[in-house]
Amino acid sequence: MKEFFAFVRKEFLHIFRDRRTLLVLIGLPTMLIVLFGFAISTEIRNVNIGLYSQDDDIAVARLMEKIDQSEYFTYIGEYGSEEDVDMAMRRGEIDAALMFGPDFAASLYSDAGADISVVADATNPNNASMEVMYLTGIVADYFRDDVEEAVAVRMLASMSGDESGESVPTAMPGTVGPQLRMLYNPQLKSSYNFVPGIMGLILLLICALMTSVSIVREKETGSMEVLLVSPIKPINIVLAKMIPYFVISCAVLVNILLLTIFVLKVPVAGSFFWMILVSVIYIILSLGIGMLVSSLVKTQIIATLICGMIFLVPVMMFSGMLYPIESMPVALQWFAQTIPAKWFIEAIRKIMIEGVPVRYVTKEILIMTGMAVVIFAAAVIKFKDRLD
Amino acid sequence: MMGEGNLISELLQARRARRMQPHLMRDPGNVIEVEHLTKRFGDFTAVDDISFEVRRGEIFGFLGANGAGKTTAMKMLTGLSFPTSGSGHVAGFDIWKQSEQIKRHIGYMSQKFALYGDLTVKDNMELFAGIYGVPKNEVSARIDNLLGRLSMSDEKNAPVKDLPQGWKQKLAFSVSIIHRPEIVFLDEPTGGVDPAARRQFWELIYEAVDEGITAFVTTHYMDEAEYCNRISMMVDGRIDALDSPSALKQRYGAASVAEVFDILARGAKRAE
Repeated sequence: MKEFFAFVRKEFLHIFRDRRTLLVLIGLPTMLIVLFGFAISTEIRNVNIGLYSQDDDIAVARLMEKIDQSEYFTYIGEYGSEEDVDMAMRRGEIDAALMFGPDFAASLYSDAGADISVVADATNPNNASMEVMYLTGIVADYFRDDVEEAVAVRMLASMSGDESGESVPTAMPGTVGPQLRMLYNPQLKSSYNFVPGIMGLILLLICALMTSVSIVREKETGSMEVLLVSPIKPINIVLAKMIPYFVISCAVLVNILLLTIFVLKVPVAGSFFWMILVSVIYIILSLGIGMLVSSLVKTQIIATLICGMIFLVPVMMFSGMLYPIESMPVALQWFAQTIPAKWFIEAIRKIMIEGVPVRYVTKEILIMTGMAVVIFAAAVIKFKDRLD
Repeated sequence: MMGEGNLISELLQARRARRMQPHLMRDPGNVIEVEHLTKRFGDFTAVDDISFEVRRGEIFGFLGANGAGKTTAMKMLTGLSFPTSGSGHVAGFDIWKQSEQIKRHIGYMSQKFALYGDLTVKDNMELFAGIYGVPKNEVSARIDNLLGRLSMSDEKNAPVKDLPQGWKQKLAFSVSIIHRPEIVFLDEPTGGVDPAARRQFWELIYEAVDEGITAFVTTHYMDEAEYCNRISMMVDGRIDALDSPSALKQRYGAASVAEVFDILARGAKRAE
């Protein structure tokens, strides 16, 4: 045991002597949380909007004023024709436009209803659908409030690329008024989505990448040879390497949680204890991945590449952090099930955001534990093979 | 019932004690005894039936061209791998059954590795003292002693990477004998070091040998081979010659060890 602790001490010394890496390990999560929390946001703001109206109308003018007042849109000006709107969109002056049909005000009160087209630049499809959604909402609100007689206003919303395409009817305000309630995240803050994702990413980065690189470094510099001749057991060398990164991961975890709660103001809805426990299981799982990688490769560069390309990228793509797994092709959905981070992120979302009792995350916990056992077993077997 | 239990535990203890006890060497003056040691990898015989002894307190030169089987033989002696056949004892322990015990009683230094660069001199020494189980109350005394001998007391807290290569090698050697092993294996210890530093390094080896540590050295430098008490020359996995440098020179009518080596290596079939 004595030689084990001498070795653990050495691992801590390595980490603390290398201030820069330590700073990255602690600083990166902080930076990511702040970035994702404030700078990067899926909400839209400062959308420039244009207008094409075939006749002057007080209703249209007031509507545009209302749109301009909202924090999402800026009213740029009126254009003379549909072509002008198109050109303005191509020049990048406007991102979306409202187009009113002839005799708009008059036809509001007719049986046929009035025509509005909502046109958006769909080169960025996510933004376009958000813009259309918000605009439709404002327009519907306006007519509900201002046009007392509940005349059916036929609204045509259309999205287009650079050419304004055909109009597609999306909603009929006044006929059915759905009451929308966003559960668990009423303000639609994107940090609710990103925080579990960042945790999954950072913990994997620290545990898998740092551990594997640190073990492989011993092989590369030749120190592994000296250690193997020494009385310390090979398996203890590897375990001793995991301890400091386990400690750092826990520190990073606490750091992320504090930032999330106090800076991003995302409350932890569920049990704190279970959230920490799930994270610890994930940390151990990631350490196992690091050990497995280190037993397969010989150089630090390959270890970095494997951890970066084979583990980090899939975590971004297939963990449900950026793209919903449910909308992927079936083959990729199956693949996503093999990503440890997917289960971790799901479990954390459930506990942290939805606040469900732990029995609803038993599946995730069991799967992660199973993965950890399999990966550790594989790593130990592979490690022993390599020695001989 | 009590008596029976005691009997069993006594038996177990006796067995454990027997296992821990060093197997006796044929000659107590030997620190390594190897008989018919062979290691095959598939069809390839890396080490081909070698037998030799290393005497306590001598400097034993283990020479041979690249690929002659030196590294494979060293791995079996240091408990890193098992032979295919043959037997051997190192520091009184069986290479088949007691590799863990062997590891505790030997030191090892390789050319490729000269300690952890980002750790200080003292950190490195403490690490290896810890790994080799040097008693805690002796550690700092031994470190001071080694540093004094190397006249490096001022560099105690300097990172190893800032030291010149020659110093690193001397330091690595001192660290490899910090637990006072019976035998120290030096795998091409002076690679990449200038002649003056090499001479200083050999002085350190002599000092260690004076204290009763046996040195088992592999080297490419034939002039260094002259410093050894006895040398063995491996060719194609066999030991073709083993004697003192002067006896070998006489036998082959050569002026230097290098010449002896050339004569023997000429018969080698394995490519370098």
